[in-house]
Amino acid sequence: MTTKPMVSVTHARKVFDVSQPWLERALSGQDKQMLVAVDDVSFAIKKGETFALVGESGSGKSTVARMVTGLLPATSGTFAIDDVPLDPKHGYPLALRRRLQMIFQDPYASLDPRWRVGQIIAEPMKAFGLARNEDEERVRVSHLLKLVGLDPADAVKFPHQFSGGQRQRIAIARALASDADVIVCDEPTSALDVSVQAQILNLMKDLQRDLSLTLLFISHNLAVVRYMADVIGVMYLGRLVEVARVETLFAQPRHPYTRMLLDAVPDLAMTGRSRQPVQGEVPNPISPPSGCTFHPRCPLANSRCQKEVPLMIDGVACHAVQENRKT
Amino acid sequence: MTSQSLTPPVLELRNLVVEFVTRHGTLRALDGISLSIAPGEVLGVVGESGAGKSLTGAAVIGLLEPPGRIASGEVLLAGQRIDHLPMEDLRHIRGKRIGTIFQDPLTSLDPLYRVGEQLIETIRTHLPVSEQEARARAIALLAEVGIPASEKRIDGYPHEFSGGMRQRVVIALALAAEPELIIADEPTTALDVSVQAQIIAVLKKLCRERGTAVMLITHDMGVIAETADRVAVMYAGRVIEIGPVRDVVKSPKHPYAKGLMGSIPALDERPERLLQIEGAMPRLTAIPQGCAFHPRCPHVMPRCHEARPVLEAVGAGQVACFLHEVGQ
Repeated sequence: MTTKPMVSVTHARKVFDVSQPWLERALSGQDKQMLVAVDDVSFAIKKGETFALVGESGSGKSTVARMVTGLLPATSGTFAIDDVPLDPKHGYPLALRRRLQMIFQDPYASLDPRWRVGQIIAEPMKAFGLARNEDEERVRVSHLLKLVGLDPADAVKFPHQFSGGQRQRIAIARALASDADVIVCDEPTSALDVSVQAQILNLMKDLQRDLSLTLLFISHNLAVVRYMADVIGVMYLGRLVEVARVETLFAQPRHPYTRMLLDAVPDLAMTGRSRQPVQGEVPNPISPPSGCTFHPRCPLANSRCQKEVPLMIDGVACHAVQENRKT
Repeated sequence: MTSQSLTPPVLELRNLVVEFVTRHGTLRALDGISLSIAPGEVLGVVGESGAGKSLTGAAVIGLLEPPGRIASGEVLLAGQRIDHLPMEDLRHIRGKRIGTIFQDPLTSLDPLYRVGEQLIETIRTHLPVSEQEARARAIALLAEVGIPASEKRIDGYPHEFSGGMRQRVVIALALAAEPELIIADEPTTALDVSVQAQIIAVLKKLCRERGTAVMLITHDMGVIAETADRVAVMYAGRVIEIGPVRDVVKSPKHPYAKGLMGSIPALDERPERLLQIEGAMPRLTAIPQGCAFHPRCPHVMPRCHEARPVLEAVGAGQVACFLHEVGQ
């Protein structure tokens, strides 16, 4: 607990303007429409650990990831990697950018089809001046390719000559090329088949152990998160509703939404048992419910939940849990 | 549950072969698929991308995209061959006797028509009822699939429905003409987990009540585990294992099925490492000789390189692997 966090996020908030063009608004007499994608999200990741953000579509998990990396300017909130703060105007200082890399969901879109794999992997080295000459660059590319389970001879090939899983390996090699130690992974395996997913998850775990990487892992798949994460943050409509260590979260989920989510997931062990069907759907984030946004779907909700937004206390943001309410 | 009964299976595929004739030669996408679905049974068809699961569904309803074609084998619906019927006759079977549910509910509904119009049109195409009767039926159907205030929602356009609600409309459409068989191709893949559970529950309940047989095509083993009665596992255009869901999920026999089940991260435990199968599914242009899985198989034997194993009874199911041949 005393060690300082590698990644810290405090009170992150992101509001998107989703209004119609002004003329349309003026003609139809509409107001500006704001979508609060992320609201008051705070968490910290210890060095060498994996923090996973889970949630359904529209819960804001990818928006958090993009704000942490500085790809998307936050509306408010502070971000820091290894105590170096993100400057809202200028991003991270150059010396830190080298240490922060990202792996995206779709390996078909994240690799330039006109570049050879060797060039793709060497690009971060060039950008940060990490290789003194081309020979050294080539040696490092070969080393990285071997590290992710590819052949050094693959450096001359183009991305289209690889399968989805192999491309994701290339993306990992690229992320490691600048000696990054913080990697943000946004759904890195959800475009892959399960047997390939297993290969990539195993690879990422091995690399994390060998290179002591700190990972921010975004996923909608609870089983994948269970396998990868040390700490899990559950998001619902832009807010963190529960943060707990992986064993605790799966053994004793506390927030009603977490419990519902765990009940809803089809699992191999479920054969013959039927799931608890969940009531309702995720509401429209443009006009979220008042108070606790989960209250219309919550079995424990009462009038307080309709008015007051619950604060994150002791890892869970829920009035019912804090009041010890029972069904 | 049992496939051995007096009534013929709702659907039977006998040695179905689908080929694509291309400039580079003839590609065999489905290679001798044999399976059957009993009335009221849910057969899960699983496999990774490129295994041929969706193609199997498309072949059954005669919606193969040219140059794909059924090269040999038979498709029997309630004992009658339907694979050689002319397009016009097949069109009457689709919708009437075989309903379909596709992955993306937004593309399977016409955005320009109210959902009611689409339902009524489908009902009146296949059943001899009046406009009013069809409308009453449509409202009842929407209520059955769990759409609240269905008498109002029937006049809504597809974009006014959420993803989960749209998929309910698609299920209502598929059930509109009381089909004997439903082909559901990745019906929950585009939905969030909490909604997925609702859709599966609706599909399962309605099919049980009506005795409709379902061919559930998906890559999600979790969905199969809780929905299907039997499962067929496909690899490179072939069925490599088929059997009761419990057996196939809990104790798969084929090395590929074993690897597939082991590679799925579970919710109730955290293994040190996930089981992994090296390599990837072969491309259609380069399907290995003999057993298509042999280059990736940890138990490969010399004969696997030359001879192709066929499905043989092992326990309550069937497995296509020399490891499980009688006498081994």
